Amino acid sequence: MIRKRLVLLLCLAALAVLAPRAHAGDALLVSAAASLSAAFKEIGSAFAAANPGVEVSFNFAASGALLQQIERGAPVDVFASADQETMDRAQERGLIVAGSRRDFTANRLVLVVPAASALGLKTPADLARPEVRRIAIGNPALVPAGRYARDALGPALAQTLAPRFVHAESVRQALQYASLGEVDAAFVYASDAAGAADKVRVVATLQTPRPIAYPAAVVAASGRQALARRFVDFLAGPQARSALERHGFGG
Amino acid sequence: MEAALDLSPLLLTLKVALLATLLAFAGGVAGGFVLARASFLGKETLDAILTLPMVLPPTVLGYYLIVLIGRNGALGRWLEDRLGISLIFTWQGAVVAAAVVSFPLILKAARAAFEGVDRNLENAARTLGQGEPAVLLRVTLPLAWRGILAGTLLALARAMGEFGATLMVAGNIPGRTQTLSLAVYDAVQSGNDALASTLVLITSATCVVLLVSSSRLLQVRY
Repeated sequence: MIRKRLVLLLCLAALAVLAPRAHAGDALLVSAAASLSAAFKEIGSAFAAANPGVEVSFNFAASGALLQQIERGAPVDVFASADQETMDRAQERGLIVAGSRRDFTANRLVLVVPAASALGLKTPADLARPEVRRIAIGNPALVPAGRYARDALGPALAQTLAPRFVHAESVRQALQYASLGEVDAAFVYASDAAGAADKVRVVATLQTPRPIAYPAAVVAASGRQALARRFVDFLAGPQARSALERHGFGG
Repeated sequence: MEAALDLSPLLLTLKVALLATLLAFAGGVAGGFVLARASFLGKETLDAILTLPMVLPPTVLGYYLIVLIGRNGALGRWLEDRLGISLIFTWQGAVVAAAVVSFPLILKAARAAFEGVDRNLENAARTLGQGEPAVLLRVTLPLAWRGILAGTLLALARAMGEFGATLMVAGNIPGRTQTLSLAVYDAVQSGNDALASTLVLITSATCVVLLVSSSRLLQVRY
């Protein structure tokens, strides 16, 4: 009895192994910050159309995780990070071709409130009002957007508001808290807010000490240096820019 | 939705989860048997260490896994030099990640199940002239089967939903290593909530069907 079932199970497993594979896997592999996913899929198609015979695959995750993968020998050709610090670390460790690094787009940090909010918040300073109870912010220790928000608020205001902060593990989570009305306000990127215009309202754009620029570079260990460099340049070109702008990126 | 729903994450998830469960089953049942029957110094410590994949946050576990099996890792370099196998950024890497994460579920269940088997019944079989392999296959395993099965189904469910370690080891490459959980993450990150909900429904329905049918298939009645 058991033997018959085991044979059946093994057949299932064999079937699973033989299931068709999606791709052969000889494509340019681009590791990009998860927030870039929608825009990059469009850019990938445009790049493939402009370069016949070239296939582009993406690997989307948090910038820090992407860096760890590259450090451990993942076969990546291009790295696009959501912040300068992660790319700086990649450069310090010799993981990228320094000369190929360039900023290809920018983002703005905005303050959003739930669409139904009746608090009438207008500026970051309004967050200090007593009726504001909870504010979602990316955990500054992990999430670049959280660091930008803290820096933009300045030390005094950031300290006043600290007891009201709900730390999110990604900007997306901060946005979800606001979309669901669980917080009174949230700090997110303009690109995030653009995709949730029916659930949150942008009330202010924050002045960050430095512009929020997204860097990309060719990975030093890549076996397709020339093609990788062409992709990095393509990211700064007009086709990529319009795709990025459609998804809320750009200064 | 702009395009027809891509079903490759579903097929990949089934393939990865089934193979990972099979691997975890082999390791878990063997390990559970040894832990239940053998007595040696540091047994409980070994059990605790083998349970660590359940305790560690999956991303942390994923990081350790790429430290080990990445192309610059000790085991990864050996695999690549000797066997020409590279696990990082492949679906096979996803199988390894899911197997490691779900293995303790089978190990624990199998150990408890083997410990619950009445040794007198095994001895009775021996007095009736059965050899050790026969005792194991015809007495011990059937008696422990329910417990092992429960652990295996838990492991299968866990493997279906594996996210953190898979993201690190196999990457989130659409069409190549993007399982359902990773596709949900991707959809949420890019603000496509409708797609995320659809994928969650598919994952849930698939998991229910898979668990019910494998529970039926593997249930042995005597």
